Amino acid sequence: MHAKVRVQTTINGEPQEFLCEPRQSLLECLRDILGLTGTKEGCNDGNCGACTVLLDDRVVTSCLVLGVEAQGCQITTIEGIAKGSELHPLQRSFLENAALQCGICTPGFIVAAKALLDQQPNPSEDEIRLWLANNLCRCTGYDKIIRAVKQAAEQIQEVNA
Amino acid sequence: MKWFDYAAPASVAEAVGLLTAHPGARLLAGGTDLLVQLRAGRKETDLVVDAKHIPELNTIGYDGASGLTLGAAVPCYRIYKDKNVTGAYPALAEVASLIGGTQIQGRASIGGNLCNAAPSADSVPLLIALRATCRITGPRGSREIAVEDFCTAPGRTVLQPGELLVSLHLPPREPNSGARYLRFIPRNEMDIAVAGAGVQVVLENGRFLSARVALAAVAPTPLFVREAGEALAGSPVEEASIATAAEVARKSARPITDMRGTADYRSHLCAVLTRRALEAAVSRARGKN
Amino acid sequence: MKTQEYTVVGTRPVRHDGADKVTGRALYGADFQMAGLLYGHILRSQHAHARIRRIDTSKAEQLPGVKAIVTAGDFPQTPDRLVDLGEGDTPLSYARGNVLAKGKVLYKGHALAAVAATNVHIAEEAAGLIEVEYEALPCVLTAPEAMQDGAPILHDDLKTKEFGEQTGRVSNVAEHFRHVMGDVNAGFAEADVIVEREFHTATVHQGYIEPHNATALWNNDGRILVWCSTQGSFVVRDVTACLLDVPVSRIKVTPMEIGGGFGGKINVYLEPVAALLSKKTGKPVKIVMSRKDVFEGTGPTPGSYIKVKMGARKDGRITAAQAYMAYEAGAYPGSMVAPGAMCVFAAYDISNVVIDGFDVVVNKPSTAAYRAPGATNAAFAAESVVDEIAEKLGADPLDFRLKNAAKEGTRRADGPKYRRIGCVEVIQAMKNHPHYSAPLGGPNRGRGVAVGFWFNVGLPSSCTISVSADGTVNLVEGSTDIGGTRTSIAMQAAEVLGIPAEDVRPTVVDTDSVGFTAVTGGSRTTFATGWAAYEAAQDVVRQMKERAAKIWETEAASVTLERGVFHSADKRLTFPELAAKLDQTGGPVVGRGAVNPRGVGGSFSGCIADVEVDPETGKVTILRFTSVQDAGKAIHPSYVEGQMQGGSVQGIGWALNEEYYMNEAGSMMNSSLLDYRMPTALDLPMIDTVIVEVPNPGHPFGARGVGEANIVPPPGAIANAIYRAAGVRMNRLPMNPPAIMQAIWSQRD
Repeated sequence: MHAKVRVQTTINGEPQEFLCEPRQSLLECLRDILGLTGTKEGCNDGNCGACTVLLDDRVVTSCLVLGVEAQGCQITTIEGIAKGSELHPLQRSFLENAALQCGICTPGFIVAAKALLDQQPNPSEDEIRLWLANNLCRCTGYDKIIRAVKQAAEQIQEVNA
Repeated sequence: MKWFDYAAPASVAEAVGLLTAHPGARLLAGGTDLLVQLRAGRKETDLVVDAKHIPELNTIGYDGASGLTLGAAVPCYRIYKDKNVTGAYPALAEVASLIGGTQIQGRASIGGNLCNAAPSADSVPLLIALRATCRITGPRGSREIAVEDFCTAPGRTVLQPGELLVSLHLPPREPNSGARYLRFIPRNEMDIAVAGAGVQVVLENGRFLSARVALAAVAPTPLFVREAGEALAGSPVEEASIATAAEVARKSARPITDMRGTADYRSHLCAVLTRRALEAAVSRARGKN
Repeated sequence: MKTQEYTVVGTRPVRHDGADKVTGRALYGADFQMAGLLYGHILRSQHAHARIRRIDTSKAEQLPGVKAIVTAGDFPQTPDRLVDLGEGDTPLSYARGNVLAKGKVLYKGHALAAVAATNVHIAEEAAGLIEVEYEALPCVLTAPEAMQDGAPILHDDLKTKEFGEQTGRVSNVAEHFRHVMGDVNAGFAEADVIVEREFHTATVHQGYIEPHNATALWNNDGRILVWCSTQGSFVVRDVTACLLDVPVSRIKVTPMEIGGGFGGKINVYLEPVAALLSKKTGKPVKIVMSRKDVFEGTGPTPGSYIKVKMGARKDGRITAAQAYMAYEAGAYPGSMVAPGAMCVFAAYDISNVVIDGFDVVVNKPSTAAYRAPGATNAAFAAESVVDEIAEKLGADPLDFRLKNAAKEGTRRADGPKYRRIGCVEVIQAMKNHPHYSAPLGGPNRGRGVAVGFWFNVGLPSSCTISVSADGTVNLVEGSTDIGGTRTSIAMQAAEVLGIPAEDVRPTVVDTDSVGFTAVTGGSRTTFATGWAAYEAAQDVVRQMKERAAKIWETEAASVTLERGVFHSADKRLTFPELAAKLDQTGGPVVGRGAVNPRGVGGSFSGCIADVEVDPETGKVTILRFTSVQDAGKAIHPSYVEGQMQGGSVQGIGWALNEEYYMNEAGSMMNSSLLDYRMPTALDLPMIDTVIVEVPNPGHPFGARGVGEANIVPPPGAIANAIYRAAGVRMNRLPMNPPAIMQAIWSQRD
C-alpha cells in the first residue's frame, strides 16, 4: 500500500495542508482535493494554459507541477484574484469588454495577465500577445482579450497615479 | 500514470545516492517533458527525484574571466532575466525565451532540455555553438563533456546509471563575437522546431576568425556541423562565405519526414536558417544587436 | 415590435453570469462533485479497422479500486431499428456502436469498454489491463479511396441511397444526392471563361478548450440523473434514453456551464457509458475525456474532396456552376455534405447549377457538426474559383461578386428562394471599408476576399418568466450558454417589459424544469430562445395589463405599456410599482413562451485578409483581417462582434495549420494541442468587425443567427490573398508552410 505525502503550502494567502499521491498534479490537487475548481484542465500537457496559476514569482501551468512540489510555496489561483467582493480591474475589464464567451479559458488568462501587469504596468499589444501565447482561447479570437488587458493596465495606472 | 514515489534531495551526493540505488528513478527539473512523457506512457518510473533543492543545479554563476556556470535545473525565466546572461550571452537569453511559452518558461530548464535529448531541442545548437560543456557527477565522481558529445540518440545521452547533469559551463565571451539561434516553427510560439540553426562567429579585420554551426531537428541528435564553421574560418565576412556555409549545413543535414515537416523542406530550411543566423550573429559581433 | 428604436436591444450590458465566470466560481461539467463519486476511463481501439474477437476484463476487474467494467454487451440487447436522433433516421446499432463498439472497431480511438474506479489513475491503469484480441482489417482514409471498387467496406449493412432511392448496393457511400437547376451544359456553352479546379481539405477539429465530461447516477428510484457540459440537454436526455431503452421521463439532464462546443458537443459519447457504470456500481460515475480522447474519440469535421467548375461571360455574369462534393463522414454515415451543398454557391444568383454530394464513410472518428458544418470546405473551393474567374475577366473581386450576388427572390439549387437577405449589403460594406482600399506596402504581400453563407435554423424553445414584487423578473430557459446567450435572451425580454437588462435574471435549467428546447447550435439560440423569451414577456405584459385594469377599474384593452410604464387615460404605474401590487390583484404573474419559429433569416458574411508570405519558408503572416456579417439586428453587439472574431480565427487556423495528420494505419499522429496547431494570441492581429443590419422580417427584433457564417469565408479569402502574395493558388487545406513552399517550388520548375 503506497503512502500519500503531506504537503504544506500557502494558497491565496491562506495556509493549506493536504494529502496527495506523488503522481497527482498540482492541478488535480487544487481541483479534486482542495475543491478549488476555478483552475481548469484543457490538455494536461502544458499547451493550453487553462490551468495557469502563480507559483511563487512566476506563472506556470499547474498540470506540469506535481502537488508534492507545492511544499513551502506560495500559490495564487483565480479564486485569489478578487479582493473579497471587489473584482480586480482585470476581471472588471474582461466583463466590460466582453473578453469571454464560454469562459473556460478566462481564469487562466486572468491569472497570466495579472502576472504580466504586476511586472510590466504598461505593456504594448505585442508584449501582451507574446506573454499570453501559452494561453489558448477558441471562442474570442483574442481581440477583446488584448483590449481588456490594455484597458485594465490603464485603469491600474490611473489608480496608482 | 502508475504510482511513483517522490524524493527531494538537498545535495548532489544525496541525489547520486538515490539514482544509484533506484535504477528506474528519473530526475525532475521543470517537468515539462518528464510529466508529459510519463502520462503518455512513453517513459516509466517508480521514483521521481526532484532536482530543484540542490544548490549547484539551481544557481547561475558568472565572472568575466571564467564565464558562465548555469545550474542544470535553473528555469528559463530566471535565465532570461539574469543581467549577466543578457549582457554577455544575449543569444542564450533569447533561446530561454522561445522554449514553449510564458508558463513553460516558468518551469522548463536548459539542462532539462539537453537531458531530454530530443533532436529538436531548441537550446542545444546554441550551446554547441558557444562551446558549452557539461559537468556530470555520478557514483564514480565528476567529469566534463562537450555538449556536442552529450546526446547519443533520440532521447538518449551519455549519462550512466547514477549520474546526473549538474551544470553547464560557457566560456567567457570573446571580443567581436556574436551568436544567434533561429528556428522555424509554423506558428509564432509554442511549437517544436521543424529545423533550427545555432551559430557563433568571431570576427577579426573583416574576416571570420572562427565560427561554429549546429542544427536542430535534422538528425537523430542535435548536429554539430564542424565543416560549416571550418569553411567560414579565414573567409571574408560577406554574402558568399555565408552562403557557402549555409550550403555545407544543408548538405550535412539528415532529416526525416514526420508530422512536423518533410525531409526536403527541412533540408531547405537548414540553409535558410543557417544563413539568417549567421547574418544576425555577424551583426551582433559588430555591435549592432 | 414596430419601433426601430430600442432601449435595451442593441446595447452592451455586462453578462449576467459574468462575476461567476471571471472569478472561477462558475461550475463546468468537470467541476461537478457529489458524495461517493467514482471515476471512469474509456478503453479505446488502437486499430483503425478491426474485428473484435475477444474482450477479457478479468485482470482489470481484480485491480484494487476497480468497481465495474462495461462493454457494448451491457447495452440492452434490443433488436436493431431506425431511430431519429435529430438528424434523420439512423440505425440504433450505429448510434450505440459509436458509444461502445460492438463486433468491429471502425477508427483508432473507437470506444470499446469503460472502467469505473475510486480514482482516475486506477481507472486508467485498469483500462490498460483489459485484454482485447483484434483481427486487423485494411483501412481506408479518404473519400475518393473509399468510393472505389474494392475498397475496404466498413459496414456490411450500409447500402447506397442514390437520388432518394435505396439502390441495395453495399458500399462506403451512404448517400449520393444531386441538385439540378436549369441547364449547365447550355450555361457552360455560353461562357467566355471557364475554370475547373479540384480541392482537398483535411479533417479538422472544433478545438474547444474544455474536454467532454459527464456524470451519471442511476438512482435507487430508477431515474437516471446526468450532469454534463452539452450544447443540448434535451438531446442528451433523448439519445441516452434511446440507447438505454428507457422512457425519456426516466432521465433528467442538468446542464453545467460549457467550455466551448462549436457543434462538437451535441453528440452523445459519455452519458450512456457513465449511466451503465452507475447502474452496475450503484454510485455516481464521472467521466472526463483527455485531450487525446477528444481528438480521437469525438467528432471532428469532414475532410473532403471537392471539384468546382464555373463559367462566366465577358460581361461578368456567371452562367453556370457545377460542384462535386465527396465528404468523409468518418466511421458512421452523416457527414455534413448536404449543408455544404446548400451553401457552396449560396452567395450567387446562377441559373444553371448541378451539385453532386456524396456522404462517404471512412476509418476515422465519426464526424460531428463544426460551426456552419460543410460550408467552409465548400466555400474554400467555390471562392477560389470565383477569384480565378474574376481575375481572368480583369474584374475587381468584389465588383464581380456584386454583379452576381444573391438577392431576395434568388433561388438556390437545393430549392429555397431567398426572402430578405443581406448578401449585397455585406459585399458593399466590404467595398466601402478602408481596409479594402488601404495600400498594401511591401513585397510578398497580398489581399484576398471571400464571402460565405449559413442558413441558420429555428427549432423549438421554451421559456417562462415570473415577476418579483420589486419589479425584477426571473427568466427560466433551457439553452445552454456557450457565448453569452443568456444575456441576449434576457435583453429581448427586458425590451418587451420595458425594464433594464440587469432586472432580468436568466437561468439555464435542467430538462425537468423547462419545456423542450432544441440545441444551442445552428445559430438559433438568440433567435429562437430569444423569441420564446419575447413571447413569455408578451404574456407577462398581457397579464400585467389586466392587473392594472383591475386597479384602475377599466378595460384591459385601454392599458398601454410604453418604456416600462403602464398607462390608461391619465393613470400611470411603472413596472416595479405594478409588480408590487400583484399579490393584492390576484397573485403571481408567470408568463410563458413556447415557439418553433419559421421566420429564420440566413446570414451572409465576408472577409478581407492581408497576408505576407515568406518566400524562403512558406510561412504566412496575417497582417490585417476584417470580418463583415449581416446580423439582421445585433441584440448585443459585443457578443455579435465576438462571434465574428472567434469564427474568423477558427477559419484562419483551418486555413493555415490545423489538420489531422494521419499515418497510413489510420492513427492520428498529432493528437495534442502541441501539434494540432490552433492559433495563439501571437499569431494574429486584431480582428476588425463590421456588423451589417438587414433586418430579418421573420423575427420580432429582426435578428438573424450570427454564430456560424463567419467561419465560412476565411480559408477562401486567405487562399486568394496567398495567390496575390506568392503567385500560387493553393488547392489543399491546410495551407501550411511546407505546402506553400512546395507550391512555390513547383511553379518555379
